[in-house]
Amino acid sequence: MTSVAVGDETAMRRIGVTVNGTLQAGEVSVRLTLADFLRQDLKLTGTHLGCEHGVCGACTILLDGRAVRACLLLAVQVDGHSVTTVEGLAPSATVLHPLQEAFCAHHGLQCGFCTPGMLTTLVEFLKDCPDPSAEEVRVAISGNICRCTGYDSIVEATLSAAANMRDGS
Amino acid sequence: MKPAAFEYHMPRTVEEAVAILARVAPLDGRVLAGGQTLVPAMALRLARPSHLVDINRVAGFDRLDVRDGMLEIGPCVRHAALDRSAAPGPLGRLLGLVQPHIAHHPIRTRGTFCGSLANADAASEWCLTAVALDARIEARSGRGTRSIPADAFLLGYMTTSLEPDELLVRARLPLLPDDARVGFYEYARRAGDFAQVMALVTYAVRGGVVAAPRIALGGLESRPRRMAGAEAAIVGRVPDALAFRSAADAAADALGPTEDPDYARTLATTAVLRALAAAA
Repeated sequence: MTSVAVGDETAMRRIGVTVNGTLQAGEVSVRLTLADFLRQDLKLTGTHLGCEHGVCGACTILLDGRAVRACLLLAVQVDGHSVTTVEGLAPSATVLHPLQEAFCAHHGLQCGFCTPGMLTTLVEFLKDCPDPSAEEVRVAISGNICRCTGYDSIVEATLSAAANMRDGS
Repeated sequence: MKPAAFEYHMPRTVEEAVAILARVAPLDGRVLAGGQTLVPAMALRLARPSHLVDINRVAGFDRLDVRDGMLEIGPCVRHAALDRSAAPGPLGRLLGLVQPHIAHHPIRTRGTFCGSLANADAASEWCLTAVALDARIEARSGRGTRSIPADAFLLGYMTTSLEPDELLVRARLPLLPDDARVGFYEYARRAGDFAQVMALVTYAVRGGVVAAPRIALGGLESRPRRMAGAEAAIVGRVPDALAFRSAADAAADALGPTEDPDYARTLATTAVLRALAAAA
């Protein structure tokens, strides 16, 4: 890690965390956020940082399968846990997740900044609620801010993905 | 690095957590539970605790049990766990009505019920729930454990009667009788935002009239509280629009000084009316 400030060395901890199915071990400063650990240490820059205080939703990841803000967790707190980032959603390098497919097909992303948080939030949501109404999708993404204001197409994409996933395609 | 430097502690037992807190509390040490308020404050460096006592790995702190007529909520029970299935009968229904109003789902998967009480935000849904139902809050330190009634625990804006070296180790919410009706109403400017006003009501109808009413209001004053005048205005009356109106007016009459009294009055009466109507 290159970003260690002077005096921080006493506050380092070894952690082991499963990220997208692979065990990642490392030594981190206790004040490193999970978001910075993913982006800076693991170079997984798909997790975006917008506000860095829990409001914008761009850094949402799945912790043990549940959507959480990576900017509001310390890396040291996820020792022994399992993290899924946007890089871990697609089943392979050539096949996208149905939700990613639908975002492409329905113009669900414009600048793409909010997309990783939208996707991770919605992956968990569709597991709990496989046949949502448009209103339920809007509530589910109410904590994810799209600065392009492309909500209509995000909702459309989500409903289409939900239908495809119910059909098993 | 977003937060300022701190020393990090990760106790595994309640005894260890209390001992560490006793040592670091005088040095501005703070307890970290869900972190959905403390960590943003640290990211903005509005909070710069010298020590963090992370209680997330303390054995048993995630327990949620029903025992002796009370729902017992451990300090690491997340908001998301407190849905309809968390408690039998009307209390479960009430929790299911209130919980979706707390921020957004990815906040509710981490933030905790007990953390909300300790934070004592005037617009906290769980603080309102705790005072409305006369929750008991257990605080543990080297001096022992004491049980504090919610109304004596919440003192005002972000202020509780918890001593710096006391750890909130459990909150207990009484189950509601089977015939209790429950209603909750919240107005916020945006989905998931802090409440401008919220009202929580519960009452039974026995022999055709209102019995055992509880009417609590939050978001308008420095802390949520039960509105005794509103409860007195409705008890023993047929639960109709006229009775609801009397209770709503009585709640508004009892409001302390607010920034915009006319608006506060409108918010209070509307919230109480809608919560009562939802419970009917």
